[in-house]
Amino acid sequence: MQIVLKNVLLINPDQKLNSKSSLLIEDGIIKKIGELEEKEIENCEVINCEGKIAAPGLFDMHVHLREPGREDEETIETGSNAAAAGGFTGIACMPNTSPDIDSAETVRFIIEKSKNHLVDVYPVGAATLGRKGEALAPINELVEAGIVAVSDDGVAIKNAAILRSVLEYCGMFDLPVIDHCEDPTLANGAMNGGLNSTLLGLHGIPTIAEDLIVMRDIMMAEFTGSRVHIAHISSAKSVEMVREAKKKGIKVTAEVAPHHFTFIDDQIKSYDTNYKMNPPLRTKTDLDEIIRGLKDGTIDCIASDHAPHSIEEKEMEFIYAPNGILGLETQLGIALSELVHKKVLTLEQLIEKLSINPRKILNLPVPKFEVGEAANLTIIDPDLVWTVDHSQFKSKSKNSPYDKRLLTGKSVAVINGKKIYMNGKFNNI
Amino acid sequence: MPLSSRHLLGLNGVPREDIELILDTAITFREVLDRPIKKVPTLQGKTIVNLFYENSTRTRISFELAQKRLSADTVNFSTSTSSTKKGETFKDTVRNIEAMKLDMIVVRHESAGVPLYLTKISNANIINAGDGLHEHPTQALLDMYSIKERLGKIEGLKVCIVGDVAHSRVALSNIFGLKTMGAQVSVCGPATMMPLGIEKLGVKVYHDINKAIAENDVLNVLRIQLERNAGSTIPSTREYHNYYGITAERIANYNKEIVILHPGPINRGVEITSEVADGPYQVILDQVTNGVAIRMAVLYLLGTMH
Repeated sequence: MQIVLKNVLLINPDQKLNSKSSLLIEDGIIKKIGELEEKEIENCEVINCEGKIAAPGLFDMHVHLREPGREDEETIETGSNAAAAGGFTGIACMPNTSPDIDSAETVRFIIEKSKNHLVDVYPVGAATLGRKGEALAPINELVEAGIVAVSDDGVAIKNAAILRSVLEYCGMFDLPVIDHCEDPTLANGAMNGGLNSTLLGLHGIPTIAEDLIVMRDIMMAEFTGSRVHIAHISSAKSVEMVREAKKKGIKVTAEVAPHHFTFIDDQIKSYDTNYKMNPPLRTKTDLDEIIRGLKDGTIDCIASDHAPHSIEEKEMEFIYAPNGILGLETQLGIALSELVHKKVLTLEQLIEKLSINPRKILNLPVPKFEVGEAANLTIIDPDLVWTVDHSQFKSKSKNSPYDKRLLTGKSVAVINGKKIYMNGKFNNI
Repeated sequence: MPLSSRHLLGLNGVPREDIELILDTAITFREVLDRPIKKVPTLQGKTIVNLFYENSTRTRISFELAQKRLSADTVNFSTSTSSTKKGETFKDTVRNIEAMKLDMIVVRHESAGVPLYLTKISNANIINAGDGLHEHPTQALLDMYSIKERLGKIEGLKVCIVGDVAHSRVALSNIFGLKTMGAQVSVCGPATMMPLGIEKLGVKVYHDINKAIAENDVLNVLRIQLERNAGSTIPSTREYHNYYGITAERIANYNKEIVILHPGPINRGVEITSEVADGPYQVILDQVTNGVAIRMAVLYLLGTMH
């Protein structure tokens, strides 16, 4: 089957491409780029893309799929559906499942379960067995099974000695080590530590808890020469440290979650548990530095930290409620509204942070708009105004602070090979 | 004039007129407590649930007495007898209790924000009897009442809260209430017991108890929780006592009248010596009596608002 994207603005900064054109896709392969004659498209399904953009398929490198273990909250399938609805053709799923992704068997299980889906799912392996920070996970085996990174996600790699081993070992495979940077001895709290935690009577997690581990990880990356990726950076000082480390040529990259450039800890005044996440919402100072870091390239990518939780679990007393919110289906809209429409980032820069950089960090090929290449793209309407409605989410969970929020910009379709997701439906092409 | 809110969740943002109304109303009820028959029919027919998710003896008894003296029907619900241990969610528990038709809920919970959450899932008037490290408004109101009873005013007084301010809902409510009423509020204790950003609230911080005694009219002495503090925020209760304990000698160094409050229960010999706790400057037992009057005033004002 043939499909035509008519008059689409093709943007791929990796190819230095930004031009309006039409695209003919046949059997999942790009057949032609440029002016198409009437007779070339007469038997094709034509998508009129006037005013719309095609970007290399978006990629979210920080997603919690909950399968195996908590299929009541999300499954590989529902999470992948949510990813497609949010404009993503690829995701990396974090290892804090039950069991953890610390065996080749679990890696293969996830890959097997996701293989027929439009969305490519790449498991992130645990860095240590059970993410306990005591013994190395069988990283070589996990790499052979198909992981794209390791992480003890949810907690920082426990101590300097095991971190050193993980980095040295992963260096052999040029495998990035993703770290949740937080010193657990300072992290016994339910929100950011500061004036607001004092006013609201909640134990606070101060930014120093993050900064100390970011500093440790940067120094260990320098010492070992291996790659560290800072997950969901949230503190101003951490952004500054990553900026300085990059200047020195240390192999460190960083991601930020949309809520950390959208909200600050004033939101907790409502005690709405949909604003409870880890790292917690910080202050205006932190948010401003994150914006600077996004602009100057210190922060390489945007990743949702999509964390589904059941209503029963989330609708709980604030100190007992679990951390985390959904992100896959709102991330692009938030990023366009908060960053592109507010002139923080250009569309090219956004596409770098939502598609190109995460793939490069994970050593994955970046899709190209070239004849003969497999189609892997997201069609975005940057000006579409829509209201988030969590009852329409493809995700199995509903825990989103963005419900009822008005956003500008949305994915209208994703294509990956012979599969398309458009108007809420998957089809083969 | 009625109160500006149908709930009492805390004192942060509560207008001065409301605090004055509660304090004035409590004077009447305080007088009722000295009568041979300490009961008025004001809340007859009203049903009140005391929802206590955290251990409390004195606050719960104080509320219960206040309710009985206003002739309300009261039910107590506490965790030891509750269904929460069987896995029922807080929301379901509240919905169940609500279905039994009640008018007011007095709630204590170890999570801050629970009273606010209750206002969203229940139609009852909500009174916060202590939520996490957040607020304990009736305690601060009875503290202010006791100060006013002793010194005739609150405006312009210098009040110092001594102890583990970082882990105290009593401190926070006092800071909000006293500042609204025009007092100058300070805190005193080791740096490890001071909450982040406290100076941004316009509160002076002392690390020297002698200076705090010298410069203040009132000391509100907080209980040192032995299990929580020793080793982590202070080296030992002995060291705390040596440097921050309120002793008769320390007070005697300054030839002045000072009012000593304590929300109880007292650790004699730790934050305060027996000599001071039973001495001429303390109003500790007055606080307990006034607590019933304040709670009667709050229950009455909220319960008759509709």
